[in-house]
Amino acid sequence: MAYSRDAAGGGGYSLVSLYPSIAISGLGLVGLYMLLTGSGEQFNVGDFLLSISPHMWSLLGIALCVGLSVGGAAWGIFITGASLVGGGVRAPRIVTKNLISIIFCEVVAIYGLIMAIVFTAKLNNVQGADMTSSETYYKGFALFWAGLTTGLCNLVCGVSVGITGSSAALADAQDGQLFVKVLVIEIFGSIVGLFGLIIGLLVSGKVN
Amino acid sequence: MEALFYNADDGYLEAIVRGYRGSILNNTAYINLTQCETLDDVKLQLGASDYGSILQNEPHMSTSMLAQKCTDKMVQEFEYIRAHAVAPLQQFLDYMTYAYMIDNVILLITGTLHERDTHVLLDRCHPLGVFDSMPALCVATNVAELYNSVLVETPLAPYFMDCLSAEDLDEMNIEIIRNTLYKAYLEDFYHFTQSFGGPTAEIMAELLQFEADRRSLNITINSFGTELSKDDRAKLFPNIGRLYPEGNLKLAKSDDIEQVKATCDVFLEYRQFFDNTAAGSSKTLEDRFFDYEVHLNKKSFQQQFHYALFYSFLKLKEQEIRNIVWIAECISQGQKERINNYIPIF
Repeated sequence: MAYSRDAAGGGGYSLVSLYPSIAISGLGLVGLYMLLTGSGEQFNVGDFLLSISPHMWSLLGIALCVGLSVGGAAWGIFITGASLVGGGVRAPRIVTKNLISIIFCEVVAIYGLIMAIVFTAKLNNVQGADMTSSETYYKGFALFWAGLTTGLCNLVCGVSVGITGSSAALADAQDGQLFVKVLVIEIFGSIVGLFGLIIGLLVSGKVN
Repeated sequence: MEALFYNADDGYLEAIVRGYRGSILNNTAYINLTQCETLDDVKLQLGASDYGSILQNEPHMSTSMLAQKCTDKMVQEFEYIRAHAVAPLQQFLDYMTYAYMIDNVILLITGTLHERDTHVLLDRCHPLGVFDSMPALCVATNVAELYNSVLVETPLAPYFMDCLSAEDLDEMNIEIIRNTLYKAYLEDFYHFTQSFGGPTAEIMAELLQFEADRRSLNITINSFGTELSKDDRAKLFPNIGRLYPEGNLKLAKSDDIEQVKATCDVFLEYRQFFDNTAAGSSKTLEDRFFDYEVHLNKKSFQQQFHYALFYSFLKLKEQEIRNIVWIAECISQGQKERINNYIPIF
């Protein structure tokens, strides 16, 4: 036959399915060894987090914010774009109208960009004893999580707008009356990204 | 989840097919067509549709020419899609052509049996099922030869495994070969589509299950009063479909149409096929099958991001060509009272 069934589904365990259990047992062994030899203190999550520079945290937040947003926008644009190009072959009138779906996706990237600019404005050079003060740590963590929140919200929002945009293009190609109706749904989808934006602003707002 | 990645490879083609679907003749077009008095009127009416451009330069209209041209148009559209497709959609589209290949193989063997002219036969083959070594089929005299010389190189080879026991090529055996091939093909295609999961698997399951059931029912009804034994009949039923396994067992034991009807009574959708009291009872069983097939194929356009609409599009287009040819045939033979027996699509 031209196709083959999934090898793992055919019965018997493949090596790949055993990897997670091997990893867990390995970690367990190391952990037990550390605990029983009295060196369990070395495994310290809080210490690990504090050992990372607050600069690292805040820059990571900014990178994730703009990166994930742009990823979401790009993803949405390609989903919409592919359908739009195909639908435009038969119904050229849809192309200009449906560019609005592409713009909705693009807006998501702009949200991310604006937030990244806002976060960057809060960066400043900290040196000496200030580096380990609680305000500096707060700044780092706040910017990290604000960036992550905005980024993830925008990623999901971009995909959502992209999928509705693709459906809107196809519906419009089939029946011109449907465009406005589907567009309303798309607008609701694009608002989701704003929620992340607001929370991102609130979380980072306490940083000065 | 398929919505996330589908458009990367197949979004363009899906939209193209939806565009093609938009050009399928609607009810108004059919009503206009049935008002025509001559074939030239038909040409005029079709001028506004997609068929306009291909019929434009034809001075003499005939139904066979019309059928030929419309099929060409359909093939042209399908070839465009296939040329742009990448795996796994390409494989899916190839699977769709295997059905036409089976028909062509059977057509050639039957034609050779009746000593028809090879060139005429090759012309009559469906263009979607054409493969390179096709002309060589005309020289084969038994199944083993057929398989070893020609078919072993085609994608149909695995399906032939079950038919190799048949010795001579006579009417009966050819019919058995056709059905065995089709059974193997349907089962393979079914399992292939199920490997996709998601809406593709869901919609294709419904379509192919109906196709399998329709074949089982046809085989049963056509085998009444022939020398085909009940055991042999049971072997021809595809092992998929809603009738499988219980319905198929019942069908294998049936002796008359009443028992077939009782078997189908269990399924609400299949009950209507044998219901002669309802409206439109003048329709033949075949027409009702087509009706239901059109209904299923129309439904697959209600979902996005799946492959089944490529299959459905081809089926709807085929039905449209059958409708046009039927209407043209009725007009040219002056049988206006039967002209409304076409199957409306949209």
